[in-house]
Amino acid sequence: MHAEFLMGNEAIALGALAAGVNLVCGYPGTPSTEVLETVAKRRGESVYVEWSVNEKTAMEIAGGAAYAGARALVTMKQMGLNVASDPLMCLEYIGVKGGLVVLVADDPGPISSQTEQDTRRFASFSKVPVFDPSSAQEAYDMIREAFRFSEEYRTPVFLRPTTRVSHGYAAVQVLDPEEYETHTYDGFEKDSSRWVIFPRLSFANHRKIEERNAHLSDVLSDNPGNRIEPAEGAFAESRKGIASGGFSYTCVMEARETLGKVRTLKVSTPFPFPEKKAVEFLSGLDEVLCVEELDPVIERELIYLCGKYGLPVRILGKQTGHIALSGENTRDSVNAAVAAFLSVPLPETSAGDLPPLPVRPPVLCAGCPHRASFYAVKQAMKGRKTIFCGDIGCYTLGNAMPLDMVDTCLCMGAGLGIAQGINHLEKDRSCFAFVGDSTFFASALPGVVNAVYNQAEFTLVVLDNSTTAMTGHQPHPGTGRTMMGNVVDKISIENILRGIGVTEVVTVNPLNLAEAVEAVRKTADLPGVKAIIFRSPCIALTKPHSRVTIDPEKCVGCKKCIREIGCPALSFAGGKAVADPAQCTGCGLCAQLCPAGAIEGGEQHA
Amino acid sequence: MRKNIILCGVGGQGTVLASRLISAAAMAKGIPVLSAETIGMAQRGGSVFSHIRLGEGIYSPMIARGEADLIIGFEPGEAVRLLPFLKPGGSMIVSDRAVMPVTASLTGTDYRASDMLDFLSARVPDLRIVPAEQAMQSVGSTKVLNLILLGAALSAGALGLAEADLKEAIRARIPEKFHELNFKALAWAKQYQRK
Repeated sequence: MHAEFLMGNEAIALGALAAGVNLVCGYPGTPSTEVLETVAKRRGESVYVEWSVNEKTAMEIAGGAAYAGARALVTMKQMGLNVASDPLMCLEYIGVKGGLVVLVADDPGPISSQTEQDTRRFASFSKVPVFDPSSAQEAYDMIREAFRFSEEYRTPVFLRPTTRVSHGYAAVQVLDPEEYETHTYDGFEKDSSRWVIFPRLSFANHRKIEERNAHLSDVLSDNPGNRIEPAEGAFAESRKGIASGGFSYTCVMEARETLGKVRTLKVSTPFPFPEKKAVEFLSGLDEVLCVEELDPVIERELIYLCGKYGLPVRILGKQTGHIALSGENTRDSVNAAVAAFLSVPLPETSAGDLPPLPVRPPVLCAGCPHRASFYAVKQAMKGRKTIFCGDIGCYTLGNAMPLDMVDTCLCMGAGLGIAQGINHLEKDRSCFAFVGDSTFFASALPGVVNAVYNQAEFTLVVLDNSTTAMTGHQPHPGTGRTMMGNVVDKISIENILRGIGVTEVVTVNPLNLAEAVEAVRKTADLPGVKAIIFRSPCIALTKPHSRVTIDPEKCVGCKKCIREIGCPALSFAGGKAVADPAQCTGCGLCAQLCPAGAIEGGEQHA
Repeated sequence: MRKNIILCGVGGQGTVLASRLISAAAMAKGIPVLSAETIGMAQRGGSVFSHIRLGEGIYSPMIARGEADLIIGFEPGEAVRLLPFLKPGGSMIVSDRAVMPVTASLTGTDYRASDMLDFLSARVPDLRIVPAEQAMQSVGSTKVLNLILLGAALSAGALGLAEADLKEAIRARIPEKFHELNFKALAWAKQYQRK
């Protein structure tokens, strides 16, 4: 045993390794990504690890490993669970032999996601038990327990951290590698009555699953993760209580210290809900405040139990307006809610009498090739009736002014479908779908096949920066590197598109502005599905070129560079454009559009 | 020792590394550490923060308003934004160099660093303003603002850690070829004060 300063996600990875995990796979997504990356860094040679092409494939791979009796971990963010839900829903009915832990990181806020969906809800929907850690240490301990649990009850098990747990750091007590479990597996055994899902099997297993989960509710009531902190001090006789779980529980415990110690229930397994423990908690109370993020899961369970057992307890929370319906809970919001609930004064803090502050929406990095790609399409299609369907990745930021080049964004790969739907109804509109290279492999291929087969007309723009940039530069099938450290053949986006039947496939460097604009002009008006691949590496992975310099003698102060491309390295001071040498990477895009020829240096693309 | 520290700035300024160094240095001394920071989309030029909590009996990695003993502002506007987190009597170290959002250049809504610094000066008795340009020039790199500010917090005695503790953390976490530059940046505030 030793202490390590770890991010929650790193602790989860080390916990899985300590449990003797045999296979780890997943697809990157904030806030889950570092789990798999840490496994890759810290694994023993016998542990297989991969970034899979998407979450559905990853879930199936992990399922296969668990069929063979191995311990498997599959990682994703909450949006990824939607993609993986088909195999997961079925896996629960089939069950597993080796332990299968499904790590799904939720994102209250949301900070980097499209939805505020709650995996605790998904757990009860899919009937898959869920562990909900509130700290890095708990996450480390819970994933080991989750593997044991999965094997004992032959079910996949969720581990569901949220952003503050996944990305919080703590000194975590972890096992030394010599203390790790070794999990041996005896391989897949043929038995079609067990592994082939047919209606009759599903009918029989459905009943068993419901019976098992009712039993698990009892088992989990005795699990130390579900526990009651007693009332103390001034509130020792109080008939009020607080129920919480996950990150919110840490805020509640801080509020207990400063505002008062009422009886507190910690729920570590929101499904199956620890019913007996909860009834013990509710007994003798008049009012309970439920402090949780995303859906009112604990709140509804407690209301249900009050009805079931006829308990006269008022349950407060999101549904009564005592806790915010959306967004993250914060230390301050929880302090305020608890203080109001206990009718105690909140310590004074300085009021928010702040002056107007700059708004800082996230922007594409200085030198990002996506900026050049968007600008080229914008120039080429000026004055035309268009739609620019965006997708999920750094390039969603192409929506910001002044580029304003993302008209829609929905979910991974959706831009292709949306472009087709609009094209079938608005023939006079030139439709574009922008997709990044990793998203292309993850979820764009069926959209391309569909478009070619169903004779849709649109321009597919692949923004190929040769990495999965937004989540921190993970490799994918187009990069030729695997997480096992192998160099393999790159899968060619051009060849895939041509193989599907896209006849017009043009590849161009977006940082060569004239060539890029010309490529778009030539391609966009061709019939059918056509593709432009803008290929230039992510600026965060390349060494900067010589930076640009702006000659104040030549700069006429027209602001065109600032107005048109919105590069964070460019600003305006004393009537002239200025390039910040700390940010400029010398991509040279601004130099190519300066009407006065005042910008020099940077990369030469001619 | 129980200490709550907030680092704040704009994505790309190096707050994460600075936070990691403080945490590593504290942990090496056996002090329990919890911390949390902005990761993900906001890192692309957005407002970012790190909360670091040192000491026993802490549950949450996040700091509440009025709880921070020290705020290190990598950017004057961001320091003002997080001022409500500073405890009465708390210390603040702030860079004097504004980072304009792209939107400011576009819409002409520039703000002045000096207004922000005046605002802070009027409210924070224990405020130290670091002349960032001058410091980075003297150290010889535009990439070490984070270590310069850590050095300023050290020399103000606000970190509860010694220079040697941070140097040890730098040796353990940063490639050797950058050690000298980082040590120089860390020592800048000390030299500056002597002058």
